[in-house]
Amino acid sequence: MSLQATTSQTVGPYFQIGCRWLNCENLVGEGVTGERVTVRGFVVDGDGVGVPDALVEVWQANAHGKYAHPEDTQDKPLEAGFRGYGRMATDARGGFQLTTIKPGPVPGPEGREQAPHLLISVFMRGLLRRLTTRMYFPNDSRNATDSILNLVEPERRSTLIAKTGGASGTLEWNVILQGIHETVFFDLGL
Amino acid sequence: MTSIGAYRAPYPGTQPNHLHPSYVSSIKRAPTRPLVPIPYTLSEVTGPAIAPGLISAAACDLTRQHKGEPLGERIIVSGRVLDENSRPLRNTLVEVWQANAAGRYAHDVDQHDAPLDPNFSGCGHALTDSEGRYRFVTIRPGEYPWGNHYNAWRPAHIHFSIFGPAFATRLVTQMYFPGDPLLPYDPIFNCTADEKARNRLISVFDWETTMPAHALGYRFDIVLRGREATPLEDK
Repeated sequence: MSLQATTSQTVGPYFQIGCRWLNCENLVGEGVTGERVTVRGFVVDGDGVGVPDALVEVWQANAHGKYAHPEDTQDKPLEAGFRGYGRMATDARGGFQLTTIKPGPVPGPEGREQAPHLLISVFMRGLLRRLTTRMYFPNDSRNATDSILNLVEPERRSTLIAKTGGASGTLEWNVILQGIHETVFFDLGL
Repeated sequence: MTSIGAYRAPYPGTQPNHLHPSYVSSIKRAPTRPLVPIPYTLSEVTGPAIAPGLISAAACDLTRQHKGEPLGERIIVSGRVLDENSRPLRNTLVEVWQANAAGRYAHDVDQHDAPLDPNFSGCGHALTDSEGRYRFVTIRPGEYPWGNHYNAWRPAHIHFSIFGPAFATRLVTQMYFPGDPLLPYDPIFNCTADEKARNRLISVFDWETTMPAHALGYRFDIVLRGREATPLEDK
């Protein structure tokens, strides 16, 4: 028997009522290994205005390149203080902030390792289904050979790679919904 | 590393486009460039799981989160979370939020001139059980006006957020009520081309879960995306 997936609907403007309990903008528990990074960014609409009611979710591997999930059967260690999931609501100016560690490389298509990346889901009023994208790390030579980045037209790849921020350990990465600098969003079917 | 099993693409017309101009907020927020198709990797087929210890048992009863009982008609909303291959999804997180009986959300941004209810926050969450079942006790949410177009009213609805087993299965949707006269006028409900898919967002009155002298039951089953069948499974 085969069913059809339930239709997506917008998260609406009031999602914080139901989602706030699981908000987590610092993914790093005690004793977690890896390079600490703080990512700051904005979600920006087609008028160039920050989106004050967006929900940003993050999924990532730990510093060893291991996902805390049964389907990751790699012989790499898990870390008790790191589950790899974050959830942030944007502030009144559309800003969000995330503190995490730079993940290790994970396997990709044809057995090639992927460059370190975060998976990102974005939900908001006005979006009838979520947007999915990735954030890669600046000055990482592995970006040049990443199978997924190489599926993106070269002039748009920079929308997926964070920029080094002002302070050490800080990165800047924005989600631009429309326009010349529009972020690359992926088609994962849903 | 074994090969990564892809998730099935949605059946045509059963999921909304990002741009749906009659839903005005989509115009400045929907991407304008085509989405870039990518293959499934370990990143997309894994996803967060919520430890049962994080869930308070009280979080599934929205009528008992305050000193008194909320105003409105008590209801029981229950159902199963399955994948497209009809397998129950166990221990997966289901989150709900909704307006109170008067059609007002307990949220600063909601300025609708209807009373807040000090005994109703409108939020709940639960993990599905070993059969993929969930169950919430709540009150029937009210309809409310919104600014999308002249005299626009949202039909009564409950927001649902479901994780499923992978990043690829994440779903946010809304559950509606049978017979709601506002459904034909609602651009959010009507954003999906396929009428049957749309109508599956409408819960059904459920005698089985209705509690005598206590609360009406509504059933809402949720289907998350399933893996494409492998040759082995086809046999």
